[in-house]
Amino acid sequence: MNHLDVLESQSIFILREAFNRIDKLAMLWSLGKDSNVMIWLARKAFFGHVPFPAVHIDTEKKFPEMYAFRDRYVAEWGLNFISDTCPPVEEMDATLPPAARSAARKTAGLRTLLESHRFDGVIAGIRRDEEGSRAKERYFSPRGARGTWEIKEQPPEFWGQFNTTFPPGTHLRIHPLLHWTEIDIWRYTLRESIPTVPLYFARDGKRYRSLGDADITFPIASDAGTIPEIIAELETTKISERSGRAMDHEAEDAFERLRTQGYM
Amino acid sequence: MDAAQESLKVAIVGHVDHGKSTLVGRLFHDTGSLPEGKFAAIQAMCQRRGMPFEWAFLMDALQAERDQGVTIDTAQIWFRTARRGYVIIDAPGHKEFLKNMVTGAAAADAALLLIDAAEGIREQSRRHGYLLHLLGVRQVMVAVNKMDLVDYGRDRYEMIVRDYGAYLEELGVTPRHFIPVSARQGDNIAHPSAAMAWYRGPTILQALDDFQVMTQPDHLPLRFPVQDVYRFDERRIIAGRIETGVLRVGDSLLFSPANRVGKVKTIEAWNVPSQPIQASAGMSIGITLEEQIFVARGEVASHETDPPVESDVFLARLFWLGDRDLAVGSRYTMKLNTAEVGVVVQSIDRVIDTNDLSTKVSARVARNEVAEMTLRADSMQALDTFTASPPTGRFVLVDDYSIAGGGIISMQGYADQRHLVARRSSNIQRVAHDVTAENRERRNGHKGGVLWFTGLSGAGKSTVAVAVERRLFNLGYQTYVLDGDNVRHGLNGDLGFSPEDRAENIRRVGEVAALISRAGMLCITAFISPYRSDRDRARLAGGAQFAEIFIKADLATCEQRDPKGLYKKARAGDIPEFTGISAPYEVPEAPDLVVDTASLTVDKAVERVVGYIQTRFAIDATRARN
Repeated sequence: MNHLDVLESQSIFILREAFNRIDKLAMLWSLGKDSNVMIWLARKAFFGHVPFPAVHIDTEKKFPEMYAFRDRYVAEWGLNFISDTCPPVEEMDATLPPAARSAARKTAGLRTLLESHRFDGVIAGIRRDEEGSRAKERYFSPRGARGTWEIKEQPPEFWGQFNTTFPPGTHLRIHPLLHWTEIDIWRYTLRESIPTVPLYFARDGKRYRSLGDADITFPIASDAGTIPEIIAELETTKISERSGRAMDHEAEDAFERLRTQGYM
Repeated sequence: MDAAQESLKVAIVGHVDHGKSTLVGRLFHDTGSLPEGKFAAIQAMCQRRGMPFEWAFLMDALQAERDQGVTIDTAQIWFRTARRGYVIIDAPGHKEFLKNMVTGAAAADAALLLIDAAEGIREQSRRHGYLLHLLGVRQVMVAVNKMDLVDYGRDRYEMIVRDYGAYLEELGVTPRHFIPVSARQGDNIAHPSAAMAWYRGPTILQALDDFQVMTQPDHLPLRFPVQDVYRFDERRIIAGRIETGVLRVGDSLLFSPANRVGKVKTIEAWNVPSQPIQASAGMSIGITLEEQIFVARGEVASHETDPPVESDVFLARLFWLGDRDLAVGSRYTMKLNTAEVGVVVQSIDRVIDTNDLSTKVSARVARNEVAEMTLRADSMQALDTFTASPPTGRFVLVDDYSIAGGGIISMQGYADQRHLVARRSSNIQRVAHDVTAENRERRNGHKGGVLWFTGLSGAGKSTVAVAVERRLFNLGYQTYVLDGDNVRHGLNGDLGFSPEDRAENIRRVGEVAALISRAGMLCITAFISPYRSDRDRARLAGGAQFAEIFIKADLATCEQRDPKGLYKKARAGDIPEFTGISAPYEVPEAPDLVVDTASLTVDKAVERVVGYIQTRFAIDATRARN
């Protein structure tokens, strides 16, 4: 097994475990590179099928290219697709910095969706190498009644055994990509020919490394127009992946606060 | 694996404040691995708190960790050397967060144990060393940190090498290196230290490059635990991950504990250039079978020649992380491979102090303690010993929605019950008797039955059995005693004293006793029969007419009686695995009758058994009950 095979096998094992142990399961599909890999891994795990809904929490502020991508692959991949919009920013925690407050809409949208569909397991494509608090996550991560993350009370998880039971009224987040890095995602996307939103590829000396809402996401300077060029760029870069995501950088703990309140 | 892409997972462990997070920060800085702006961000965090520069803030991403200056949860971070990639797993050193240390360290290929040169070996230095071994991490190096605080003194370093080396030696852990470092000053991290010219060994970075990425255990016998069974596109696919060994199309697979056999028709895969014909350890796969046999999650597929052990009872060395004590009699859900089953703590055999490796007897195991215990599962399980197959020889216990402990399995003194669960051939049919059980009861004046005596050697089983036989005979009963030594001369002359042979000995006696009872007689058996599973099997063979009679006497009394001089020999070590001394006696949970020979005379004991028989096996009494 090569490096990518090892990562892939671990993710498939986690997806199958979630599908077997959790009754009402959904996968968050943000349309970004990671969640496309995640859909792909589900099709590997379930032999061409995605046996649970793919959910898009729509802030209605994504790039047009993302919506076009969504419409095409919902049909092409035969997804059981659910989309829900988010409440306005005025209803969000006013003590959060502006971009984080805007991003918090997604948390609220997710909470509404969980309640209306009674999902008790949500698969999300976060990775440990993205950000400090995600580096401390579990594969199966329990959430409190309001979707909160009890960051100091995480249960142990080892030997390929996961915490798959949870008290009534709470839910689990499942993170099958936790052990992947940004460069792994691109190498795998290349190997498997997984479709991606074109915004990742450089145009006029700029490209997006990470995709979010159009108003709080910024491109980086880059000439990488193909996946091999992106991989070459990542092999030497010292700029962190989420540097273009405003909500991460407004305050020392802005992102952690978002996440403890239920953000992905 | 492609060396350019492979990554080695290294856990950084050790006592709190010995400098684990600082070492990681320094390693990143000195290898130029810090992302742009990270150094400045850490500087700003420290200024905000009015404190000197703190490397630990690189991985202590939680606000609470930075505010309290302690690592709470484990984190992972990536970096590269010229040789390969690394995943650095930072583990908390505070006792309070041992569950997080375990979470981090269990995933590692190798570990770096940190010890503060000034403070020396502390409680978690030892506990972490012990746990690494239990978690299966075999590649270890020790960094003696904060050498700057002891003036880079060689004596201090050598003292720690000697003391800690001796401790690890006792666990069977041999560290690759002991490296004197100062994480804060950067000595011997990425660059050799000018202040410690007396040290000739590798730097941390060089030593890391010496470690090996763990290879997949292809060489072990095949274990393919069933994770799920899917029906997609008219195919019935058995899905799971191969834990050990290799599986090929055409292989005959044995599914345990169900004991069904099926042949691999295909290995299914999606979006691959060609369908695979074999798969090996570490791969998540799906297969179809030629036969339509029933297979469910939790079963383990192996080859027929090298199957897992089958048992409902086993020994475990376990570390406990639960908030509530683990106690004798407690029930938990065990997760073993993909099986989930209820288990009861039958006995806690010893609790180990990881500080000095001393042991004590206790009925409880507190959080963060390690103990050896006997666990009993609700049903027969397919399992391996940790020594034979590490990935499938370990399990976790779940208490109240959370994993609360992890254990490794041993079968010392316990039998593989696989061949005892007779695989019945479908071609055999019972011949119906013309003479009915009722006919026999009428002629004999009593029902047939099995009186299964169990108890320690010297408890009085044979003495009471023979006296009961005489009394019953005189009363006109048809009765016969099966005694341990007697059956070993003939029926079981081919059996020795291994756990498997002992179990087979009891199985045969159980079957013979059942036949005698169906012939209308009262069969009394006098065997120690120390294991519940063996007695349960005898009960199954004997049916409704089976009575378990516990001939009870404490060990001290039996040892004092020692009618055959066996205890003396066992104490001298001449008899291995002697019940009560070096092998367990599992006390009956719900015996039909208890006869306490420590307080009763032989006559009184006989009277009690005969009284019981007269009520239970009399025809009229039976009719009255029905």
